[in-house]
Amino acid sequence: MNINLTLIGQSISFLFFVLFCMKFVWPAITNAMAERAKKIAEGLEAADHAKQDLELAKQGATKKLTDAKHEAQSIIDQANKRANKIVEDAQQQAQAEAELIRTAAQNDAQQELARAKDALQKQVSRLAVEGAEKILESSVDASAHKDMLDKLAAKL
Amino acid sequence: MAAEGGTQTSSDYILHHLANLTYGKLPAGYVRDGQALSTDTWTFAHTAQEASDMGFMAIHVDSMMWSIGLAIVLGILFLIAAKKVTPGVPKGFVGFIEMVVEFIDNTVKDTFPYRSKFVAPLALTIFTWVFMMNAMDLVPVDWLPMLAAKLSGDPHLYFKVVPTTDPNITLGMAFTVFFLMIFFTIKNKGFMGFVKELTLHPFHHPLMIPFNFVLEAISWIAKPISLGLRLFGNLYAGEMIFILIAIMYGAGWALGLFAGVLQWGWAVFHILVIALQAFVFMVLTLVYMSMAHEVDEQH
Repeated sequence: MNINLTLIGQSISFLFFVLFCMKFVWPAITNAMAERAKKIAEGLEAADHAKQDLELAKQGATKKLTDAKHEAQSIIDQANKRANKIVEDAQQQAQAEAELIRTAAQNDAQQELARAKDALQKQVSRLAVEGAEKILESSVDASAHKDMLDKLAAKL
Repeated sequence: MAAEGGTQTSSDYILHHLANLTYGKLPAGYVRDGQALSTDTWTFAHTAQEASDMGFMAIHVDSMMWSIGLAIVLGILFLIAAKKVTPGVPKGFVGFIEMVVEFIDNTVKDTFPYRSKFVAPLALTIFTWVFMMNAMDLVPVDWLPMLAAKLSGDPHLYFKVVPTTDPNITLGMAFTVFFLMIFFTIKNKGFMGFVKELTLHPFHHPLMIPFNFVLEAISWIAKPISLGLRLFGNLYAGEMIFILIAIMYGAGWALGLFAGVLQWGWAVFHILVIALQAFVFMVLTLVYMSMAHEVDEQH
């Protein structure tokens, strides 16, 4: 229980230890901690920003999506219209062409008919001449009676 | 019980445990072992009487050794932490030291609302160091003294392990705090401010100056003494109870077993005392520092 030099010794070592902590320990640790706190605050802020950005991006994306849908719809509508028109046009064209072909065919048929008639007339006139020759038993000069025969053929 | 057992009485045992390893000066003419010393001699005290006869010119080697040793251990731990600490993710040991530092920092911010580069490290030093010194109390009372006796070869070697059970240590720190208080008062308020604080304080009247001075001087001087003796008293009492419990180990296996339970219980309770006294010492220091920084006059 004696008070002695230990008192002073302890005072001196105490002061040294305090100065040591003040110089080498406290600033290093508290600075690192403050820096970390700053970093964390920055990180949180960045995360908030990122969240907002994400929200905005999401909104942008949905807007773009709906726009694209609308555009696609309009394109489809246009295409449908166009297709309908093309089909219609084609139908009209086909009808016209069919008409054309039909008339041409009719013409052909008529011509063919006329030609057949013609040929038939000629054959008939020849047959008639031959028949008349046989009947008259004399040869009729074909060239001499040609006019008459032609008239006969035209009557047929 | 102590190494030599047998012939030793309980009070011998207790007294032996309460004496420090003292190295000091015995004056010329001092009668030692039946012989008078011819000159002043620096030596280890062999008895408690010799230690007290050495007066002020003596040093408690064990207290100083443990307190400085613990300071070095703490200092190395702190230095490692300070080297390793990064603004990145804290882990393991560094994280623990950071936790301590943060705890101290919060306490300082709560009690000491001024800017100072000195006070927070002061608080850190006080808390951790006093805590470590107090914690030596949890080492069973005979282990380290017996080890020291074996190593030194002197079975009667005095060896106290807990520095804070030595009033020199606690008062040494308390008076350092006291001088820091005076230093910061003068630094912040000027010398006249310090004088005014001592003389004009409770009663602001010229005639009351002597009265004020007596009152203030007592209140000033009471601060370090109460600060130091509070810590000393708590730890001394705790150590005393550990010693008393340790005596029971020599009284048969039934009492020995009982003593084991008691020692465990007291150690558990003592953990509270260890941390609490370290904390109280730190907070009171902070309060005193805060008073020394308080510039606005209150009268």
